[in-house]
Amino acid sequence: MTGLMKPGALHVGVALLLLAANFLLPEYHHGAMARVLTLAVFAMGYNVMFGYAGLLSLGHALFFAAGLYGMGLPMQHLGLAAEPAFLLGIFSGALVAAVVGALALRTAGVAFMIVTLMFAQAGYLTILYFLEYTRGDEGFVIAREARTVFGLDLAAPEVRYLAAWLLFTVAMFVVLALVRSPAGRVLVAIRENEERARMLGYDVARYKLGAIVVSGALCGAAGAAYGLLFGYVGATFASVQYSILPLLWVLLGGAGTVLGPLLGATFMFYLIDLSSGITDAYMLIAGAALVALTLFAPAGLLGELRRRACPWLP
Amino acid sequence: MSENVKKSASGGTAKMETTATGAGTSSLLTRRTALKGLAGLGAAGAGLGAMPGFVPYIQAQSSAPIKIGFQVHRTGIGAAYGRWYDRVTTAAATLINEQGGINGRPVEIVAEDDGTDPKRGAEVVEKLATQAGCDVAYGTLFSHVVMGSAPRAGELKIPYFVVSEGHHVASGALNRWTLQPGICDVKSQVSAMAPYITSTLGKKVTMVYPDYAFGHDHRDSLVPAIQAQGGEVIAQIAIPPTETSFTKYFPQIPRDTEVLYHVMVGPAVLTFVKEMGEFFGPSRPEIFGFIDSLEATDLTNPGLEYLDGTYFWEGMPRYAQEGGPQFDAFYREKVGCDANGASVSDPKDISTYAHMFGCWETMFVIKAGMEAAGYAGPSDRQKLIEAVEAMGEMPASEMHPQGAKIFNGKTHQVFGPQYISKVEGGKLVLQHTAPIEAGMYPDEVDYTTMSF
Repeated sequence: MTGLMKPGALHVGVALLLLAANFLLPEYHHGAMARVLTLAVFAMGYNVMFGYAGLLSLGHALFFAAGLYGMGLPMQHLGLAAEPAFLLGIFSGALVAAVVGALALRTAGVAFMIVTLMFAQAGYLTILYFLEYTRGDEGFVIAREARTVFGLDLAAPEVRYLAAWLLFTVAMFVVLALVRSPAGRVLVAIRENEERARMLGYDVARYKLGAIVVSGALCGAAGAAYGLLFGYVGATFASVQYSILPLLWVLLGGAGTVLGPLLGATFMFYLIDLSSGITDAYMLIAGAALVALTLFAPAGLLGELRRRACPWLP
Repeated sequence: MSENVKKSASGGTAKMETTATGAGTSSLLTRRTALKGLAGLGAAGAGLGAMPGFVPYIQAQSSAPIKIGFQVHRTGIGAAYGRWYDRVTTAAATLINEQGGINGRPVEIVAEDDGTDPKRGAEVVEKLATQAGCDVAYGTLFSHVVMGSAPRAGELKIPYFVVSEGHHVASGALNRWTLQPGICDVKSQVSAMAPYITSTLGKKVTMVYPDYAFGHDHRDSLVPAIQAQGGEVIAQIAIPPTETSFTKYFPQIPRDTEVLYHVMVGPAVLTFVKEMGEFFGPSRPEIFGFIDSLEATDLTNPGLEYLDGTYFWEGMPRYAQEGGPQFDAFYREKVGCDANGASVSDPKDISTYAHMFGCWETMFVIKAGMEAAGYAGPSDRQKLIEAVEAMGEMPASEMHPQGAKIFNGKTHQVFGPQYISKVEGGKLVLQHTAPIEAGMYPDEVDYTTMSF
């Protein structure tokens, strides 16, 4: 029972703490955390695939962008309302992930990384190629009046924060439920020893594909939400740096921990934000911090905590 | 840096608590009430005080400096432009302060690097508006950063003065809080060039452009502009942004091309020029380009010899010369450029002269707007926008050294003269000044009808 209580209490507590932050944070940090929560969902999606299934992808910008454009293009060109557009964004992320996964899973290891990277690059160039619709690198703005969900203005600070919080909370409990389910444990088994999992009779390819699709759906949800909450859709979000960022966030926070992506995304945001106030070479500071963490906490912040003090941490 | 310009990175030196404005006003009351209550109970947490933005600070607004939040491209692809935008902004602020500031208050530039990234750009606008307590946000160049940041500026209801030359402002894609009063947009630039191209260089034009938004803006503007002058764009050759060699594209240029119009941007331009020379040799058509390709680049660089005798658009002539803008000498001295458009302290440090005047002029537009609006603080931001919208004509002066301007309050876009120069002996020599009217076009939006 204790094994269920502690993780449950922790995650409910985190959700409540983040909800309370809506009323406590000063204006700047209130807006910043809305962005961090949305990007943490992106990182959580990445974590499902990398942290639990052991699939190291270098192409997750594609899934984020699939959600961003899957939501944004129908709104921009077809006048679709925000609610169905958001669902379409999630579906786009899942669909693209399914297609990429079905093909990329024919490879493994370094080849898998390269194939996912190439798919993401192809996606980025596709956005640039169809510039007439996407406005390419410049992107397009989603009009504020269109950014309403059930009559609520997503550009209003509190609504934006609560929408980001809701998305994050739902994603967090979905991931928590997944990793504690039998399917989640199979994913961990695959990560730890794929051959043994296969020998035990599990359909490894099916589980991996499932993890990729869930990952794509979460990343798509994050992309769609980002566009709706901040009003901009652009090709930069499909570029390679947005494939690297979720990897960094997850590594920082702790791969294979449910809350690690949140911690990593928050840490990275404030590391850059604070160091940019000190020097123009803020990425150097960020880089040094990452090297230090890799050396002294190779399992990430929560990974180290789990190893040293909280083995029950999911 | 001048002593009377206090310039700081916002993260480390934010002093004033932002006045709640705009969309967040009513909703913030709930948060703030809760925060105050907790603070009264001593529960706000001493540790938070170490972080910027958590330190409430009240200062008499009348004596406080006017803070201009400068969203600057210090890193990323826009860094070369950003370095000079930074210098020009500092120089303009110095002069404004020497002249007594704005409404009797000194100007403080609060600069923050956006990495030339739209996501970080939006974050920087938020930081400048809500943490550093800036009165306006200003200075963005790259279009995708403007597009990513403008929605947040509109939501935060902070005047956002961009120096981007993109058509995004005048196209109606943005909002009432975003203005471009210091530099003409691409559509205006291209339209102003067409009469000279067709009357002097040739009527059959082939254009080579990068296959992304900036290039498409040129294509969409050039084709009708050339047609309107009785010419024809006989081929449009789009170069994918990933190309590093252009040899396979040159054979696509029709043999009867009289003018080759190119607008390649980025490091590949050196390869482009070299390969163009190898392809055409001495029997080339007239060549017309946009100096955007070669801003911050020394025209005497090896490999650029082939540009000799070709023509360029310049927003403002890089090389000091007879017939240049009337107030150029004053501006050139203030921003620290020599007669070749290079830094006075390093002749190899070439400026972005054709664009950076936009920063200078925008700074003085902000000053004029604040003075016209009687700007006292963030509650007057709406008045500032309305004052700038009402500006109309701006005579050439030390504040507008590039030339006289007409600001269109409806489209939030300024129009001014454009310059055509020819490369002669590794220098750009002014050939023609296109009048303001040549770059004007029908309104595509009326921002004044939009609510704040």
